[in-house]
Amino acid sequence: MNRLGYAGRRLLQAVPIVLAMAVFNFLLLHLAPGDAADVLAGEAGSASPEFVARLRADFGLDEPLPLQLLFYVKQVVTLDLGFSFRHRTPVLSLILSRLPATLILMTAAIGLAVSLGILLGVLAARHVNTWVDNVISVFALLSYATPIFWIGLMLIVLFAIRLGWLPTHGFAAVGAAGSGLAHALDVGRHLVLPATTLALFYVALYTRLMRASMLDVYGLEYVQSARAKGLSERRVAVKHVLRNALLPVVTMAGIQVGHMLGGSVLVETVFGWPGLGRLAFESVFARDVNLLLGLLLFSSVLVVAANLVTDLLYSVLDPRITVR
Amino acid sequence: MPAFWRHFRRNRAAVLGAGLLALVGTVALAGPALYRVDPWELAGRPFSPPSGQFPLGTDTLGRDLAAGLVHGARVSLLVGLVATGAALLVGIVLGALAGYAGGWLDDVLMRFTEFFQTIPSFILAVVLVAIFQPSLTSIVVAIAMVSWPTVARLVRGEFLALRHRDFVQACVALGMPVRAIVFRQILPNAAAPVIVTGSLMVATAILLESGLSFLGLGDPNVMSWGFMIGSSRTVLRQAWWMSAIPGLAILVTVLALNLVGEGLNDALNPRLRR
Repeated sequence: MNRLGYAGRRLLQAVPIVLAMAVFNFLLLHLAPGDAADVLAGEAGSASPEFVARLRADFGLDEPLPLQLLFYVKQVVTLDLGFSFRHRTPVLSLILSRLPATLILMTAAIGLAVSLGILLGVLAARHVNTWVDNVISVFALLSYATPIFWIGLMLIVLFAIRLGWLPTHGFAAVGAAGSGLAHALDVGRHLVLPATTLALFYVALYTRLMRASMLDVYGLEYVQSARAKGLSERRVAVKHVLRNALLPVVTMAGIQVGHMLGGSVLVETVFGWPGLGRLAFESVFARDVNLLLGLLLFSSVLVVAANLVTDLLYSVLDPRITVR
Repeated sequence: MPAFWRHFRRNRAAVLGAGLLALVGTVALAGPALYRVDPWELAGRPFSPPSGQFPLGTDTLGRDLAAGLVHGARVSLLVGLVATGAALLVGIVLGALAGYAGGWLDDVLMRFTEFFQTIPSFILAVVLVAIFQPSLTSIVVAIAMVSWPTVARLVRGEFLALRHRDFVQACVALGMPVRAIVFRQILPNAAAPVIVTGSLMVATAILLESGLSFLGLGDPNVMSWGFMIGSSRTVLRQAWWMSAIPGLAILVTVLALNLVGEGLNDALNPRLRR
């Protein structure tokens, strides 16, 4: 049970993926229509000839292709993702400055999705084929089929515009430079709608997964014996079934960090949430290809990290699984 | 086939889904011919409420919302179907190759597939469309590129399970060419899960397309539901229905596809039948 060593080995395994990602980015850049420098500079005429010249030098674009590739991969390995001409800032520091907002949003959304999904899934499984089960199933079916950005807009219409309960936009109220708790509460109020929007699809998914998983475990013999020794239904459900039915949901939640990062592009755009997703939208709008490629690479690294965390969590939850 | 229909019909939700899908399909096929209004034309006063002339009213620039809805149906289904078809083709070929050949080829292909599964799919689609310029082709290619890994893994799994079965081994012993074994013996037996996954993938593809065009990455020459929502979201306060109506259209279409997919799963998977 050497978790630290395991984590270290997994980190090493992530290196080829990051390298492959760098090569992939390089390919995209050169497969795109037009000269790589022009692509990087964006088609908007705002790039001066001096800037394009600087790009050429930065990326070694005058060298032969294999050398350029080597150059690019070396840059990525040294954590240099290049320069964003729109923001006049290195790409990596831009990304790092936007990372916290996305992490807050995703943590809230995953927490909400997992807890609500488990709750609804358990409810549906305990009342299988009753009206409770049916209502939950219809809710899950609808949430699963709704475009995430549209849900966000409709929640804004209802809770922000009609009812006026929650803010429509942004990370915190403008000008309210409150300290400590006041600030946290303000951010929390701004977080409710985007986190709910982002979570809804996954709530649906985990509900269905949890329901199926509970029903699977209910069919096992040890549950019969738990009932036979006279335990209450509630105790059987919570102590015996729930624990063992939890694993697929944890696995799924870990796998889906990448999917959720994609969803946060839409949610952050809808709610003006100043995270990575919003940054991606802005860079699409500004045709800031270098920033966009940096974001693609960084989000893939996030996914690799999330998978590692899931594996470790998995081994904590299920002692039968040992990390090697 | 009759057995298939009997099982499919028993699932009322799936029949409802098939009905809704037929409706959307009819609108997509015949709609633009029957409702002859150009969705881009500035047909009336902006922000017109629903009326005899404009069944759903007009948008911020005075374009007919109903016309947009009808033309959007065609784009959504077209992109969904073509992208899924392309993803199925790539996924089946790579998955079959990996599953049948095994060995180093399997290793290489699966590393390749896992790599694509690591990249957040929507972000990759956004980057691809942004770099290659928004057009129907680039959107279809982007969606296919983020969708094929699921198929490849599924098909590989099926091939791994089937290739050592007796009927396949018998064909090998008979000297049947590999191509015939793969396409005429194994693939038909792996078809059921691929069909189910395919129908669910069309739904995902439609959601992806709507997300892209919502962000302004749609083909600038075709009207789509995502674009309609994106272009009217700035007037949410005054005219929420402009965003609501195309969203409902997406919801109905995706829901219908999901219901049909589940119905197919029940009907094609005999092990689940009760």
